[in-house]
Amino acid sequence: MKLITAIIQTDKLDEVREALMKAEITRITVSRCAGHGQDQGDVSLYRGHEVKPNLIPKTRIDIAVNDAFVDATLQAIVDAAHTGKIGDGKIIVTPIEQILRIRTGETGGDAI
Amino acid sequence: MKLKRNTFGWAMFGLLAFAGLAGAQDAAAAAPPPIDTGDTAWMLIATGLVLLMLPGLAMFYGGLARTKNVVGTMMHTFVCMAIVGVLWVIFGYGLFWGDSIGGFIGWNPDFLFLKGVDGTNEGDIPAFAFVAFQCMFAIITPALISGACAERVYFRGWCLFVVLWTVLVYIPLAHWIWNGDGWLFNLGVVDLAGGLVIHVSAGISALVLAILLGKRIGHPQNTVFPNNLVMTLIGAGLLWMGWFGFNAGSTLGAGHGAARVLANTLFSACAGALVWLIIEGILFKKASGLGFASGVLAGLVVITPAAAVVGPFGALCLGALSSVACYIALQAKDKLGYDDSLDCFGIHGIGSGLGVILLVFFALPGEEVSLKAQLIGMGATIALAGIMTVIIYYIVTFTVGFRLPADKEKAGMDSTLHGEQGYGFLNLN
Repeated sequence: MKLITAIIQTDKLDEVREALMKAEITRITVSRCAGHGQDQGDVSLYRGHEVKPNLIPKTRIDIAVNDAFVDATLQAIVDAAHTGKIGDGKIIVTPIEQILRIRTGETGGDAI
Repeated sequence: MKLKRNTFGWAMFGLLAFAGLAGAQDAAAAAPPPIDTGDTAWMLIATGLVLLMLPGLAMFYGGLARTKNVVGTMMHTFVCMAIVGVLWVIFGYGLFWGDSIGGFIGWNPDFLFLKGVDGTNEGDIPAFAFVAFQCMFAIITPALISGACAERVYFRGWCLFVVLWTVLVYIPLAHWIWNGDGWLFNLGVVDLAGGLVIHVSAGISALVLAILLGKRIGHPQNTVFPNNLVMTLIGAGLLWMGWFGFNAGSTLGAGHGAARVLANTLFSACAGALVWLIIEGILFKKASGLGFASGVLAGLVVITPAAAVVGPFGALCLGALSSVACYIALQAKDKLGYDDSLDCFGIHGIGSGLGVILLVFFALPGEEVSLKAQLIGMGATIALAGIMTVIIYYIVTFTVGFRLPADKEKAGMDSTLHGEQGYGFLNLN
């Protein structure tokens, strides 16, 4: 069982979500986040001054998957979120130690 | 060098001061005709109330757009003040109120830059009060149309659209229906505060524009997410308050007429709101805040042409019927598949169109109304607005560009066109 954490551009969310649904990855968690890597962000205007953002808004998608689905998920996200420009984002895969469905009490792979 | 410039500056100042004094002497010589201070006070306030409708409309529409477009959507409304306000002074008022050429357009070189206006009257109010009041109407009309092209147009394209639409649709139509020599006025078309001039024309243009521009990317699954219904509700309230000036001010006086119009406006909006809530309660068991706001607007637009000729019972009926008609129109919109994003046609077009026709049947005895005249007025309005909008769409598209390209639409108008963010509190620091 793996937890896939993808940080992507916010305007790519709809496309990534649809790509995931097409790949039959339908259980996801999406949250708002901000940060920076090499990305400089879009310059803002404030009364004639240009303001560079310090934290750049991004979207974070967390997906718990069984090992067999990791590659398909990564491929779906990359295909949809890639633009070739700085700021496309990163995907991090971490192992899940334990997972439990609250409604039924199932654990492990069945709970995903 | 510096001295030379200052000398020139002082010489100009002296010349202008002399000219000003000479002019003042002339003005003092011819005493202006008497005005009614009661009517004048009301008209000045009414002008302010209609001005209030602009932030009201901006908030109403702005709250319905997605977060990434909230500033751009509000700017679509606000920029109309900047553009149409200036046009009105330069030549707009002259074309609207100048001596009529065949009943189709006005012309008065004295009105260019409002030269000949100071000190004159319109009826028993100062001409400036009339000019400013009418200016507000001209400003708010194109702002309504922004609902049709929400979230997907270039700001410069929108600005050009506003200029062309004001000159090619609003001013001629206002001349036809409100100028004493206008051909529709002389046919007996009844349109107190702009049912045809403002709401039907904007509604038809919105429909045409929505179809020509095409749908927003991802519509409807990924687009219908109002970012701030609190703002929309407040906007509806401000619009309602402003509408008292909009309708009652259109009687151009403070008397029984204005009072009746204000009362009818109030009753129609209340009935509209109530009926929309009832419809939603029956169909969904949930009456929504947006439904309330939409019902208020449906009631306000339907009474706009009719408020001077109907009574309280008529006002209640019109408000109720408008909510029903607009609700049906909004359901039909989904089935027909065009993206009139903020329902300009669905509420303003349909609701006010209904009022223009139904006022014939709810008019109080003694009021001069004719179904034939109203239908001709409708036809002329639809034809002018429809045809001109098609032409203007193509002019804008092939000059400065109208529809946003896909990448800018997905990133949002606020960051790409305005370099701003509406809600700083979304920032994490």
